[in-house]
Amino acid sequence: MSARPTIADIVRFVKHEARLIDEKRFDEWYELFTDDAHYWVPAVHGQTDALLQNSLAYEDKLLLKLRIERLKSPLAYSQRPASRCLHVLQEPEIEKADPEGGEYLTRTPFIYTETRVDDSQRYAATAWHTLVWSEDRLRIKLKRVDILNCDAMLPSIQLFL
Amino acid sequence: MGRYREDGDAIARLIEADRVHRDVYTDPEIFQLEVERLWSRTWIYVGHTSQVREPGDFITLDIATKPVIMVRHTDGSVRLLMNRCAHKGTKVVGDLAGNTGKTFRCPYHAWTYRTDGSLINIPLKQGYEGTALQQTQAAAGLTPLKHVEIYRGFVFARLSQDGMGFREYFGDSLSSIDNLADRSPEGELELTGGCLRFLHNCNWKMFVENLNDTMHPMIAHASSAGVAKKLWEGKPAEQPKPMAIEQIVPFASDYQFFDDMGVRVYPHGHGFSGVNFSIHSSYSTVPEYEAAMKRAYGEDRARKILGTVRHNTVYYPSLTIKGAIQSIRVARPLAADKTLIESWTFRLKGAPDVLLARTITYNRLINSPMSVVGHDDLHCYRAIQEGLAASGNEWVNLHRNFDPSELDARELTCNGTSEISMRNQFRAWREFMVSA
Repeated sequence: MSARPTIADIVRFVKHEARLIDEKRFDEWYELFTDDAHYWVPAVHGQTDALLQNSLAYEDKLLLKLRIERLKSPLAYSQRPASRCLHVLQEPEIEKADPEGGEYLTRTPFIYTETRVDDSQRYAATAWHTLVWSEDRLRIKLKRVDILNCDAMLPSIQLFL
Repeated sequence: MGRYREDGDAIARLIEADRVHRDVYTDPEIFQLEVERLWSRTWIYVGHTSQVREPGDFITLDIATKPVIMVRHTDGSVRLLMNRCAHKGTKVVGDLAGNTGKTFRCPYHAWTYRTDGSLINIPLKQGYEGTALQQTQAAAGLTPLKHVEIYRGFVFARLSQDGMGFREYFGDSLSSIDNLADRSPEGELELTGGCLRFLHNCNWKMFVENLNDTMHPMIAHASSAGVAKKLWEGKPAEQPKPMAIEQIVPFASDYQFFDDMGVRVYPHGHGFSGVNFSIHSSYSTVPEYEAAMKRAYGEDRARKILGTVRHNTVYYPSLTIKGAIQSIRVARPLAADKTLIESWTFRLKGAPDVLLARTITYNRLINSPMSVVGHDDLHCYRAIQEGLAASGNEWVNLHRNFDPSELDARELTCNGTSEISMRNQFRAWREFMVSA
């Protein structure tokens, strides 16, 4: 990459991020996040507060690590048999760009499918990546996923949207 | 016609002193009878008064598979109405929450009702002159639920016309609601932060029983709480423990811990574990909050309130509360193998926001459809639902620490790993289920 990321770099990064989840390369995926990053899945449409409002998930790196290590554990019974997932992404759009500050916001509508043997769930969602550019690489400061029906009664969603 | 509707003895035979027949979890006829009997004759949690503060404020929900409106009437009282137009049966209110002003108006033919349900207007009313409308239920408007009780803001209803009174039904188990409300320096709660709605593809009883099943956490949650414990091991003692670690790790406590916690049961299926302490006992202190509690209640009383740290209290069959972390879970049965679990959080009025942040964190970590703790619980419930189809053994055993003398006891306190709370729930179940 050059001194600043190009649009193509940013788009490639977002696609790569989804691919790492789908291929269950969670340790590599974890490294895409900054140390102070969050992965946020709100529980209501247009939610603005993650701390004093209930969310489906609001994970810092410690909790992401817990999820990833759990998935490796033979004692994670809900993963026997294991779930699989696939993201089908629309082309990411750059929603905001601050090349001076090295911060970018992308918007990526996608269809997410998670299966476990005979069970299959499908969600329409929008991913909002707040990306930061430092030390010649992009990293995720916040990945917010708005599930279209986040307020519906939902079954166990076990992997990462 | 099924096997059970006309045969109370057949239902009674499903419940023995120390084991239950699988049909209680799997049989669709039993589920239908549960809705008609157990869930109608008992006091069901509806909502909290803080959801309907002002006249006209309402929420809509289904209780025991029936559509209901909870509304603040113009006179300030909280009313429960069947959400069904007196005319053709249309659900009158579609919104999940809002303010309706002084009236509800049906979207189909504009029959209009006051917020106590009474009918005030029908368009082209003269069309009913000379008809029998006034002699029918329709003239009375939206059917009100007549048996409604509010206890410290918790709204309960009994659907059946005849049945047990509220105080008799809950008895001393209400002390857990008191403890939750008393944890506010103002003695008042506010339901806030929204609701997590987790669809369980299992019978409702598996969820309710599990709350005081203290033999499962160290096994079922080894992959979440156990991993959390390992992730935190070796961290310097002076490093502040994140709220999430403080909350998840105690799930990995050993058998001794859960046994020493103790369990207490009351008549009619209610009970709680955590008589002596619980997984919530070692949370870090919030000095500003403790000071506010001492100011409000005095030192002794404040210490007593905060020292009561119960694990789960089951208000059988619908409501389960965690006073120590200000959250409640509500079971809404949908089918024999389908249950909605709603998880809600409270603000303690007069307490700092960090306590609200704490319950929100807990609710998300433990009760969300994305919870790694919840995933393993639900996996086990579903595994029971599927496993019960096996032949060779039609019984679910609940023998742990069974003592025949418990059959005559009214209130009983036992070691925490006893299966007394499940046996106690099924005794209540039988009590409300056998008669037509």
